[in-house]
Amino acid sequence: MATDMRVAGLVEEFVSGQQDGAAKDLATGVVDGKYTTLEIVEALGKCLTNSEPRTRGRGVQLLSQVLLLSYSSLKQKEVEVLATFYIDRLKDHHLVIPHVLQGLKALSMSSVLPEGLAVAVLKALFQEVHVQSLLQTDRHSVYSIITSFMDTREQELKSLTADFTFGFIQAMDGEKDPRNLLISFQISRDIIINNYELGSFVEELFEVTSCYFPIDFTPPPNDPHGISQEELVLSLRSVLTATPRFAEFLLPLLIEKLDSDVQSAKVDSLQTLAACCREYRKKELKEFLPALWHSIRREVFQTASEKIETECLAALQGLSTSLSKSVIDSDAEDSLDTFLDNVLQDCKHHLCEPDMKLVWPSAKLLQAAASASYRACSKINSCIFPLLLEQFNKHKQSSQRWTILGILKVFVQLTQKWDRDEEDENPLCVFKDQLCILVFSALTDSSVQLQTVGTSTLAVLGSQQDLLSPSDIELTVDHLNRLILREADPQVCAAALDASMTISVIHPTTFISKMVPALTQELNTEPMEVKDGDEHLAQPGNNLHQRSIQALAAISTHPTIVKRTVPVLLQHLTNLQKGTKSDMAILTCQSLQLVAEHCGGAGESSQYFHQMVVPCLLGLAIQAAVQAERDCGSEVQHGILCEEQVITTLGTVISTAYSHSQTELASRTISQVVALYLDGDVSFLPENNLSRKFRPFQLPDFPWPQTQLTALLKAAVCSLPKNVLVPQQERLLAHLMELCCTSNHRFTYTSAAKCIAGLINKYPAGEQLDSILCDVLKKIDSGLERNAGDCSQSVSRSRVFTLLLWLTKSLVLRYHPLATTLTDKLIELLTDLELGTEAADGFFMLVSDSTDVLNKATHADIRIMYRQRFFTENAPKLVHGFHSASQDNKSNYLKALSHVLNSLPKQVLMTELPSLLTLLLEALSCSDQVVQLSTLGCLHPLLLDAPQIMSLHIETLVNKLLRLTTSPAMKVRIASLQCMHALTKLPPHVILPHKSWVIQALAKPLDDKKRLVRKEAVGARGEWFLLGSPGRKDYTTLANQNLTIEWEESGLRPSCRREAARTSLPEQAPECGA
Amino acid sequence: MAAGARLENANPLIYGRSSERPLTAREQEEEAVDPIDTREIFDLIRSINDPEHPLSLEELNVVEQLRVNVTDHENSVSVAFTPTIPHCSMATLIGLSIKVKLLRSLPARFKVDVHITPGTHASEQAVNKQLADKERVAAALENSHLLEVVNQCLSERL
Repeated sequence: MATDMRVAGLVEEFVSGQQDGAAKDLATGVVDGKYTTLEIVEALGKCLTNSEPRTRGRGVQLLSQVLLLSYSSLKQKEVEVLATFYIDRLKDHHLVIPHVLQGLKALSMSSVLPEGLAVAVLKALFQEVHVQSLLQTDRHSVYSIITSFMDTREQELKSLTADFTFGFIQAMDGEKDPRNLLISFQISRDIIINNYELGSFVEELFEVTSCYFPIDFTPPPNDPHGISQEELVLSLRSVLTATPRFAEFLLPLLIEKLDSDVQSAKVDSLQTLAACCREYRKKELKEFLPALWHSIRREVFQTASEKIETECLAALQGLSTSLSKSVIDSDAEDSLDTFLDNVLQDCKHHLCEPDMKLVWPSAKLLQAAASASYRACSKINSCIFPLLLEQFNKHKQSSQRWTILGILKVFVQLTQKWDRDEEDENPLCVFKDQLCILVFSALTDSSVQLQTVGTSTLAVLGSQQDLLSPSDIELTVDHLNRLILREADPQVCAAALDASMTISVIHPTTFISKMVPALTQELNTEPMEVKDGDEHLAQPGNNLHQRSIQALAAISTHPTIVKRTVPVLLQHLTNLQKGTKSDMAILTCQSLQLVAEHCGGAGESSQYFHQMVVPCLLGLAIQAAVQAERDCGSEVQHGILCEEQVITTLGTVISTAYSHSQTELASRTISQVVALYLDGDVSFLPENNLSRKFRPFQLPDFPWPQTQLTALLKAAVCSLPKNVLVPQQERLLAHLMELCCTSNHRFTYTSAAKCIAGLINKYPAGEQLDSILCDVLKKIDSGLERNAGDCSQSVSRSRVFTLLLWLTKSLVLRYHPLATTLTDKLIELLTDLELGTEAADGFFMLVSDSTDVLNKATHADIRIMYRQRFFTENAPKLVHGFHSASQDNKSNYLKALSHVLNSLPKQVLMTELPSLLTLLLEALSCSDQVVQLSTLGCLHPLLLDAPQIMSLHIETLVNKLLRLTTSPAMKVRIASLQCMHALTKLPPHVILPHKSWVIQALAKPLDDKKRLVRKEAVGARGEWFLLGSPGRKDYTTLANQNLTIEWEESGLRPSCRREAARTSLPEQAPECGA
Repeated sequence: MAAGARLENANPLIYGRSSERPLTAREQEEEAVDPIDTREIFDLIRSINDPEHPLSLEELNVVEQLRVNVTDHENSVSVAFTPTIPHCSMATLIGLSIKVKLLRSLPARFKVDVHITPGTHASEQAVNKQLADKERVAAALENSHLLEVVNQCLSERL
């Protein structure tokens, strides 16, 4: 009895007291089993039969709200009774209907709804309710009811046959709300896809949906529902293209919309056409082919818009594909054949016109049609090739030949798209000889353009299986040799390198026998001695060596070639080490790295790299180091292999080899490398009779030539895939720590720090890692402590700082809990006298990608969005630090902050920047150029995207930006002028007051000594001139429409005035409603 | 004026656009001085819109780099432009646009001369005379309708 009272109380509260909260209490009660639905209905009793519709409505509303929250706990009997009740209520007063729909929506989601009721609900719904006269939310309820029935009771609904479809058509006819359209498009599509009976309502269903096509919808600004035009377009398209039964209605509609003037309508029609071609076949398309082709051709020939052209070509390809897939009837004509004949007929003659005006559009159309299928391709090719070959010979100018060869190239490429049967001959074989003659003649032409396109065509020809004969290939390689080694133009040479790379994959033997020897010979010929003053001669010699090295790397595409080319490169490096040309050594290493990348992880090439190349490179470096150490103190120059840059590039080769290697191979060889460094075990090096021992970690005074080779160790151990364990890791870390804290050689201790960071980043989490980190932290703390009177201290502090920096990065990347402690230490250091600036610059390192360790390529543990996290954790600390810092240190904070800001993606930045705006404006006055530059970089997007906030600070902005246009740093001048340009995007009333003096001030940078600065100044000043004056593009609404111009006073001839005024007027409003 | 509604040269020959000027290492050096050269002047005027067509002056071959002369140390710039047809009524307007663009974009020390390529326009003399007359150019820009057309020629294409 007590529960009854409580229920009655709550009901009373809701219905008479208008307290909406009561519904929720009741619902929770039902879910928890405290009350039953029956009790609520009984308590409602009077309300539901009340003669006042408002009270009845309120009663039904309560019941519906309870049901919406508790429908899953209802029993079948209850559902049945309630459903019957609600169906009956559909006949009620219009004030009650919305609540009835809510209740039905709740019941439709119940899984225990007895069979037959769904049909009854829908029948009543279609009969009693005029959907389009309801409010948006209520219409949405109707669609929701239909959707949930379709999800769960498909069979029952299908028993309604076409009545269901008809009912739905009537319900959605005239719908205008985008939210409801999305759901009703979804229903329409499901009706079609899930084979509900359409009966005689195919056309009706098409009409009721296609009337929205093409969709023209601009969401209101700050739209909370976030429905985009794109969503609606795609959703409608999926309905229209769902069934071939729409074809007879859809295709005429598309043709009609293609003829419209609205660009978006054209694009939408073409995309829809391409989409429906996937389902349609000959039967649907046949009747409309001529009209479709006519429209597409017209668009491609006439349009100025690249977008439309692309879509036209895609649609044409779709048509051609669909026809190719159609079954050919024995008696009827082949529609693909007829269609292509049509296309050929309309395009062919443009290829032969002497003025060549429509050559490219025609070629593109033909290529699109040909790219559909093997059959289409061979038909078009057999017609086009003789024609183009003839045209090439007919035109004598190289620019025309260049065009034709470019077209030919694409057609040759097309033939590669399909796999042929083994026994089928390559369709190009017929034209092979002619093509070869033509291409080779292009290669010897004097025009660079023609040579370039000739080379790339050759690459395409050469990459076809079984097309070129061995003698052709030999001739090809001869030509490529000539182009690489003798051709002056870098563009042609680059094309030749590309071609060599492509062809060598298929014809390795010819390249081994012809190109490798030629390149080797070139490398072994010393460039001629150059006399003073003949500097331009020196260039080609070096260039030839460079090109040979690059070519050797380019053709290393096949394991057999790699085995020939890599020894040549290694030999060349060995030869170079005695000389002084470190740039060539670097280039050679880069080529080796390229080869290593090509080889990837698999196969014999990778193994070869591990067994031959890595030991050889280590051997070379160690020998050079030992040698240098012996010469230490004497005046003899160290070999180039002791130079930091060369060692760094050697490192990249080793790093690439290890990062691509397979687990087993890598773990075998890495232990040798570690043993080499820890124990001086040189047995695996090719030449191991060293004059002195290699003990980089154990020699008493740490000679730098040896210790700097830590860089190579770092390259190896830090690049390993995550599943390869580094042997003797603890010992290695200890030695590295030692080296890092004691060496005086900058390159050595930086490499050691990076190596530690790389290892720690991948170290499995756990106690061991924590204890290692604990030790390291202690060392860092004591190392950073300042000790007055010790003058050698600044070096030691700076090396400990390097370690701290790299370790922080390593931990920040993997979200290690200690990362915060370390970052705080770095922030503290910003106020340090000696290390303050270094610490500020260090923030750049923390948030940018590093090139050698701790990046994706070396399999580092990098969590996603670590930058955002770093920003949210540390930006407040930096801002706080900035405000409390003394004047001297403020710039350090600003610099650190601006580095962090610059690393963030623009979208994130936009939400964060407004709060930092005052700080940024202050940063503009900072004297540090790095700060200025990065601040300008932050302000620029803000000016474009957040004009409202920026408008408040216009005075400050103009003043400070103009001051920076005279900065001594070119980049600052450029960036500040770009911001001046962006200022013009602010609302006119804000900036117009400044116009005249800004224009005056911008006259000065027009005469800047740097061209790049002048360019920005011209852009900015031009835009400021246009502000507020007639003729600016967004100002046209204010333009006077009057055509008669008082010409005489201006003093110009009157002859062109009419046109001048007429052509200047906006042709039409840019947006057209559908 | 039914004829006035039709374009005078409805189907002009369209030329290619030259590529962006390549960036040289010298230009990126902080200290080196880059003198103003013909390409720089050409880059200023090549993107001016034709008043009639949705094309730039470069695409219509109205301006060419070889018809630009500049001597930085003598502060002089001279540009010759070629109307698409000898009776082109737009010639004055095009000349005016070029002139205005250069006046807005070059340091004040330059003397800017804009004229028609000799022998390519029916009333070459008259047009050249107008373009050389400072007063008339200034007066033309006072006229808001004319200024509007010029500004449209100088606006970046949307």
